[in-house]
Amino acid sequence: MKKNKITIKDTNLYYDDFHALKDINMEMAENEITAFIGPSGCGKSTLLKSLNRMNDLIEGCKITGDIRLDGEDIYGNMDVNLLRKRVGMVFQRPNPFPMSVYDNIAYGPRTHGIRSRVELDEIVENSLRGAAAWDDFKDRLKQSALGLSGGQQQRLCIARAIAVEPEVLLMDEPTSALDPISTAKIEELVQEIKDRYTVVIVTHNMQQAARISDVTAFFLLGELIEMEKTDKIFSVPKDKRTEDYITGRFG
Amino acid sequence: MSTGMRKSHKKQLMDTIKEGGVGFAFLVSALVSVAAVILISIFIFANGFSAIGKIGVADFLLGEKWKPAMGLFGIYPMIIGSIYVTLGAVVIGAPIGIMTAVYLAEYCPKKIYPLFSGLINLMAGIPSVLYGFFGLVVIVPLIRDNLNSQGMSLLAASILLGIMILPTIVAISQSSLKAVNPGYYEGSLALGATHERSIFAVKMKAAGSGIISAVILGVGRAIGETMAVIMVAGNQAIIPKSVLEGVRTMTGNIVIEMGYATDLHRQALLATAAVLFVFILLVNLAFSIFLRRSSQ
Repeated sequence: MKKNKITIKDTNLYYDDFHALKDINMEMAENEITAFIGPSGCGKSTLLKSLNRMNDLIEGCKITGDIRLDGEDIYGNMDVNLLRKRVGMVFQRPNPFPMSVYDNIAYGPRTHGIRSRVELDEIVENSLRGAAAWDDFKDRLKQSALGLSGGQQQRLCIARAIAVEPEVLLMDEPTSALDPISTAKIEELVQEIKDRYTVVIVTHNMQQAARISDVTAFFLLGELIEMEKTDKIFSVPKDKRTEDYITGRFG
Repeated sequence: MSTGMRKSHKKQLMDTIKEGGVGFAFLVSALVSVAAVILISIFIFANGFSAIGKIGVADFLLGEKWKPAMGLFGIYPMIIGSIYVTLGAVVIGAPIGIMTAVYLAEYCPKKIYPLFSGLINLMAGIPSVLYGFFGLVVIVPLIRDNLNSQGMSLLAASILLGIMILPTIVAISQSSLKAVNPGYYEGSLALGATHERSIFAVKMKAAGSGIISAVILGVGRAIGETMAVIMVAGNQAIIPKSVLEGVRTMTGNIVIEMGYATDLHRQALLATAAVLFVFILLVNLAFSIFLRRSSQ
């Protein structure tokens, strides 16, 4: 049994009067890939964004319950910026900053106080290697990141997230804006990095969840319906609703 | 059947004519503006160039003495005066304007936002003669009483113009900040950066060209401002040696003397307008370059 990295207990989330997440209880193990699946509006992205408190930005968002990272309450005394350093995020739409490739990756480390050029060079190289992007990018570190293709931008964003040495990597439908070849590359990459990070990935693509994740959680209308080992949930789902969803009867 | 079809043909024809007529009305309206700009340009440059020809390019642009009674028409002090006053306005107005825009776009509580932005928009609508009065009654005495100066000065004009260009700078900077892809800000926060760092290191960088074009538009407003400047600048046609001395701008030069100028003197004032116009064209060119860059 692997160590629990994230523990979610009795968590409810409201957008004003809308009850978006209902009594969520779940645990995510270290160095595993957990996939959140479910139809649009089921709360999977909302839950993901609760894990690094990006929901704090949304007005009227209220959360109750208990979410812990290594046993520490992330809504308690923990500094939110430190939390986000530990829990990195890759967004649905690739969002590299309007700067060079190098500056994009160096942004995080610089934010956390690293100034030495030698050190930054090393971090940039290691992060790009970690995102399997060094060979593609090493000759264009000075280029603007906005000129890259969508797939390249997303790998750059993964490298950027890795550069601050997070423990957890949250991925919010990271391939939904990408073509199939770029998607395959990102999926491969996610599996490579799981030795070093705990990965939580939201996807609306069930095949993707089946291909890359260790554990899959199925959400419906703000409830966690079922959470199981991926091979199990896709072969013998326990809940009728899970079965209906994964066999394509709705969604 | 056939009459019905004919009717619909007729209706179509009417619609075409109507559409054509409406399009024509728009075209005429647009041509009025174009014609106005072209006529103004021709008028200013034709009159201006003939005066410059008579005075001599170097004597006119670089001559340091403006003494119409003695036939000396050097507008160098006024060119420098306009540049100084505009630079002063930017030095004072740009930082305040940009910071105001950042406050409104990123920090201002929703409840007081309408009040704030409404007041700033109101600033843009105040006639410049009222600004001039404010300068005369408040800024000039403040400088006179505290800074060993007669009061009407480069400094007074710069402060007043700095205030007057605020609404332009605030409005355009603010809208370019708001137009920044929200993904940049979120991406920065998600790396553990603070609100402040995300704004200053990412958002303002992304809005950079837009903010620069806001300042350039402010420059355009400052360099063309006339009434308020005349009221507080002192208007001596000499290059000021300090910010506490009086200064005359190109716009001021034209307005102050146009009423009684005749012959070459009058033409020299039109030539001053031509030089001012060239400045304005350059400012607009710079503005559109940066605006295009910011919309990319």
